[in-house]
Amino acid sequence: MTPSLVPDHTILYSELFKIRRFEETLLDNFSKGLFSGTTHTYLGQEANAVGVLSHLQKQDIVFSNHRGHGHFLAAGGDLRTLFAELMGRAAGVCGGRGGSQHLHWGNFYSNGVLGGILPVATGMALAEKFKHSQAVVIAFLGDGTLGEGVLYEALNMASLWSVPLLFVMENNRIAQTTPVELAVAGSIQARFTAFGIPAIELDTSDVLEICFASGDLLSEVRNSSSPRAIILHTYRFGPHSKGDDTRLPEEIALYRQQRDPVRIQSARLDDQLRREIEDRVNLQVGTAFAEAQAEPYPVIDSYPDQ
Amino acid sequence: MITVLESLNTALHRAFAFDERVILLGEDVLDPYGGAFKVTRGLSSKYPERVLTTPISEAGIVGVAAGLALRGMRPVVEIMFGDFLTLSADQLINHAAKFRWMYNDQVRVPLVVRTPMGARRGYGPTHSQTLEKLFLGVPGLRILSPAALGDPGELLFQVIIKSEDPVLFVENKLLYLLPLDENTTLQEFTIQNWQVGDHPLPQGLSSPLSLFPPAPGYSLSLRGAPQPMLTIAAYGYMAELARQASRKLAYEHEIFTELVVPTQLAPFQIDAILESARTTGRLLVVEEGSLTSGWGAEVLARTAESPAIKLHHARRLAARDLPLPASAPLENALLPGVDEIVRAVLSMVIK
Repeated sequence: MTPSLVPDHTILYSELFKIRRFEETLLDNFSKGLFSGTTHTYLGQEANAVGVLSHLQKQDIVFSNHRGHGHFLAAGGDLRTLFAELMGRAAGVCGGRGGSQHLHWGNFYSNGVLGGILPVATGMALAEKFKHSQAVVIAFLGDGTLGEGVLYEALNMASLWSVPLLFVMENNRIAQTTPVELAVAGSIQARFTAFGIPAIELDTSDVLEICFASGDLLSEVRNSSSPRAIILHTYRFGPHSKGDDTRLPEEIALYRQQRDPVRIQSARLDDQLRREIEDRVNLQVGTAFAEAQAEPYPVIDSYPDQ
Repeated sequence: MITVLESLNTALHRAFAFDERVILLGEDVLDPYGGAFKVTRGLSSKYPERVLTTPISEAGIVGVAAGLALRGMRPVVEIMFGDFLTLSADQLINHAAKFRWMYNDQVRVPLVVRTPMGARRGYGPTHSQTLEKLFLGVPGLRILSPAALGDPGELLFQVIIKSEDPVLFVENKLLYLLPLDENTTLQEFTIQNWQVGDHPLPQGLSSPLSLFPPAPGYSLSLRGAPQPMLTIAAYGYMAELARQASRKLAYEHEIFTELVVPTQLAPFQIDAILESARTTGRLLVVEEGSLTSGWGAEVLARTAESPAIKLHHARRLAARDLPLPASAPLENALLPGVDEIVRAVLSMVIK
């Protein structure tokens, strides 16, 4: 999709709803012991991934963080293998070795240590520039990562070496339990512009707004082979992980009412179309979940030495 | 006769000429300076597009290099002083060394991080350390450390060109100006060459990375000497000091030793050390890093676990567990030298 085209409301809604249902299924079943380890859901932030990654081209690279299920699915990742990965099954995206935060499929990568992915993403963009591949790298980070020093090393080098990299900075206003006011001083936007990286800021849950703004920005990254940043002020509906939410329920309820990206986009569809999409996605998610559960667990095998 | 430094510099030039995916990142690597220790001299003049002088960002540049490696390049990073590897630790441990395994073997990370380590130059507490022990046992990270034996440059060339996994290549500073005097050494010592991979890993000790290309090792005994009664294991510059000590022990004390010098520290493949210790029954492990939880500790633990080996005596010799001082006499007092090795051996063989 290019910004000059009118985005397909049906596809956007379908993607948003798919992520929503995936994450809800995950949280609903965690307490039943059907998933293991830990997880960080993307509930409430769906429009960010869907909007930005609607412009993804085949050769492009996505580097995601600990809250990466939405990024993975919006980049075209498979529901069944993601469920399987989170269940620790052999059929998972990484054979059960990675789990929620460590995914690799095609040109999609994620890692669970904040900040460290950003120089790696910078290096990837530099590699693509060396290879003249026309690929761009899209790297996701959150407000929590603004505390990591290596981010600023990456911003400096990305700008110095003019690499095709879009930083997608999702400010969900809370890092685990610490509100952004207690952890981030000064301006988020100026953190990027100080390094000579143009940055735009959006405070919206509307996938269309994000889609248009990021489309223009990505075109700039592609055409100029230089970094850009988009700062998306957003809101996390779920807990940091599974049951560790310290915010007031009324606060979350208010945001759900005013800032639900799924509801905002659903208003653009007539009821029958919306129900058709929801039925289809519910079936896909349900089938993927059931199939993943039927997959066997991996075994530790001898690793090739030579 | 060429020096270790020239051998490494030539190897980098060869690697650049051999494969255009090879690129270099490091601080102050541009000519005419050519790197703090001059190992990278000449590269930026010859390959200006492929040599990136970097900001002082040891974490960032190792991360950038990991990203380059994931996307098909063959980056070489120079960390100006090995002490600064602490800044790169997250990138090495949680990123570069993990990617292949945690992504279920779907990716390769052909990354070489070169760095000078070591003391005896009076650089003080933060520019003199031997810190590779902190990275020993990190799954997915191979650690190589050449001595002035064989061809260190060839080893570097091979890993840059052929390794599919991250390699930490540790160069002791005092090795740089030593000549590669294999011929001189050969006159006095019999040198047996071996390489890791000569012996398959025992069951259950499979490695999460490729050990290709294999790293060489060397076993040295004085020519014409009787059967050795003690094994000394040492790597890097400490192998040079151990060689001098073994000569002294022979000529001044008539005590004959076999010196085993690996160039691969991790993953642990110490068959040559074990084999020598099995025949001598005495093992002294010498290292420049501080004593506690060092390379020698792991070597002795593995020796103790080998049912075929009955040791009369085992001992570690290492730097004291203190920060390294700048003052030369103080620094010397903290580090094992030739005399300390001689004394340690004497204490182990004389009842």
